[in-house]
Amino acid sequence: MSAGIDLDNVCCDFGSFRAVDHVNVSIQPGEFFSFLGPSGCGKTTILRMISGFTEPTEGVIRIGGKDQRGQRPNQRPTALIFQNLALFPLMPIWENIAFGLEVRGVDKATRRKRAEELLALVDLHDSADKMVSQLSGGQKQRVAIARALAVEPAVMLLDEPLSALDLKLRQHMRAELRAIQKRTGVTFIYITHDQGEALAMSDRVGVMSQGRLQQVANPRDIYNNPVNGFVASFVGENNILGGDVQNRAEGMASIATPIGTFRARLADAAEGKLKLYVRPEHMVLQAAPGAENSVPVTLTEVAFEGNFVSVHAVTTNGTTLVAELRNDGSTPIPASGAQMHMAFDARHSSILPDSANAGA
Amino acid sequence: MDDLLRRYGRGLTWGFVGLTFFWLVILVILPDFKLLESSFRPYLPVVDVGGPKDTYSINNYLRIFGGEVPMSIFGFEVLISPRVKVLLYTLWYSGVVTLVTFLLAYPLAYYLAKIVSPKSLPTLFLLLFVPLWVSEVLRSFAWWIILALKGPLNAVLIALGIIDTEIRWISGYSPVIIGLVYTYVLFMVFPLYNAMQSLDSNQIEAADDLGAPWWRIHWRVILPHSKPGIASGAVMVFMLSAGSLLVPAIMGSTTSGWFTQTIQGIMLEEQDWNTGAAFAFMLLTICTLVVTLAMWVFKVKLSDIAK
Repeated sequence: MSAGIDLDNVCCDFGSFRAVDHVNVSIQPGEFFSFLGPSGCGKTTILRMISGFTEPTEGVIRIGGKDQRGQRPNQRPTALIFQNLALFPLMPIWENIAFGLEVRGVDKATRRKRAEELLALVDLHDSADKMVSQLSGGQKQRVAIARALAVEPAVMLLDEPLSALDLKLRQHMRAELRAIQKRTGVTFIYITHDQGEALAMSDRVGVMSQGRLQQVANPRDIYNNPVNGFVASFVGENNILGGDVQNRAEGMASIATPIGTFRARLADAAEGKLKLYVRPEHMVLQAAPGAENSVPVTLTEVAFEGNFVSVHAVTTNGTTLVAELRNDGSTPIPASGAQMHMAFDARHSSILPDSANAGA
Repeated sequence: MDDLLRRYGRGLTWGFVGLTFFWLVILVILPDFKLLESSFRPYLPVVDVGGPKDTYSINNYLRIFGGEVPMSIFGFEVLISPRVKVLLYTLWYSGVVTLVTFLLAYPLAYYLAKIVSPKSLPTLFLLLFVPLWVSEVLRSFAWWIILALKGPLNAVLIALGIIDTEIRWISGYSPVIIGLVYTYVLFMVFPLYNAMQSLDSNQIEAADDLGAPWWRIHWRVILPHSKPGIASGAVMVFMLSAGSLLVPAIMGSTTSGWFTQTIQGIMLEEQDWNTGAAFAFMLLTICTLVVTLAMWVFKVKLSDIAK
């Protein structure tokens, strides 16, 4: 009882502002798909278009192959979990959960029974007769999930539902959400600006910026093989260096930056303004210069973070580079002020265009 | 108090407090106490006031039961004193006015609170308020003209072909109800608007998303949330209607007695302030009881209304 969703050239305009710009994506039945992007990137608009609260200006949305144009929210096989949950505070928990069934004319005894089952599913026993105000943040979260599941939607839409929770609870609820999704097999579409959430829970992630879908891939590829500078810098940290690209061959190229010339991966199709991106955890510190991709630096700040050490360093011309070293005992923790060489593996660095928006 | 003294100094602070005290005690509480006290004393010639005949009793209150006229209550024909009959009609039609204002105000308040764009809200509020700038007397007379047998309402209805012969609008209690609804409808609109406006629109969308048709969204989400607003609006409209003198006096027909008119007659025509006071307190007490009963039936707490 889950359905796939196709967004076919979907655009949405608010006046002269284009909130969603030609988005194409096919979400598989039973997939956990996240739209990840900064606020204002159009991800919430996409969710509202799928649920039916906003109509696309152009393009077609299909759920389970069916064109959804002209379908009201109460006619679509979707259930939306709101950012603020929007539970009904004047109804007890079980009536909240059974509201969708009440609407469908299910009798009271069956409704009550179903509500109890769903409460068990989300690990909230004995709360049926409590009021919403008596529950904690995490419990309310579960009630909202149960309420949405009650109508047996083919697709669950989640609008940053974890953003109001504290860190510990958020991490716990991530695992919980993922487990509920696996148990029910419903297609989950999750909206978030938190890259950790998106990467940890999703089968695939769509990274959005300025209304455009920048990249759709599994979490590992999003992080390891970003297609452009926006994806690389929105998901994780980077050392970014601009420069001229030379010697393109077999997916590799050289880039002449102000602090030296480095070799890195380069997609064959990459055009326009290009920059070098190296993740701090791929930077290594060594006493002697390496054969390739190495630059002399002076350490300015060594911050011990527990499981890793964050090192800030400046090159001879004043460019700041950042490295993250694992605190695994394999290398001594360097001291601030030390003169060392910072190096990276060409396979772990990329030369990327700024963003898909340029010229697209 | 210390805070006030520090902020405004001794002179201003005692000025404020003194004026408030004067208004509350001298102009409100004491006169009411005086009326309450005199309502238990007989109406006597001046020479006998304070004399042996001037004793406390509830005789003034009992004067409501004098004489017998027929009245039909829910189909039962009963003989009842004319004053009790007027009192019952006053309560009943005040209830009708409250219900009608609610039916009119609910969609309007919902429209203002949830549908209209915030940009045009000030204009709409202004349009609602403008009629209030005209005096209540003029507005009532205007309605009286509109509803007249050869008046504009009948003329328009006949011109549109909706009716063939003029309807006698000004008969029985209908013009009083129309006048009171018009006068007090805003006292229902604004508490309702306040209540609805505080409802998170996501709850409406959530109900919609879960498949609820519009009427069920109203019945299960919006109406329960608006209950305190409905209650405070209903209390105001009911109390104001039952206590209104001007509208029944202007809009009333020969057969539409309002209890306030009874009180006015006793006080101004019979010059019997003692009995008038007794009837006024009776009206206040009974209205309060009706409101308390209604709040108990609809499970509304006083603290909800005060919100």
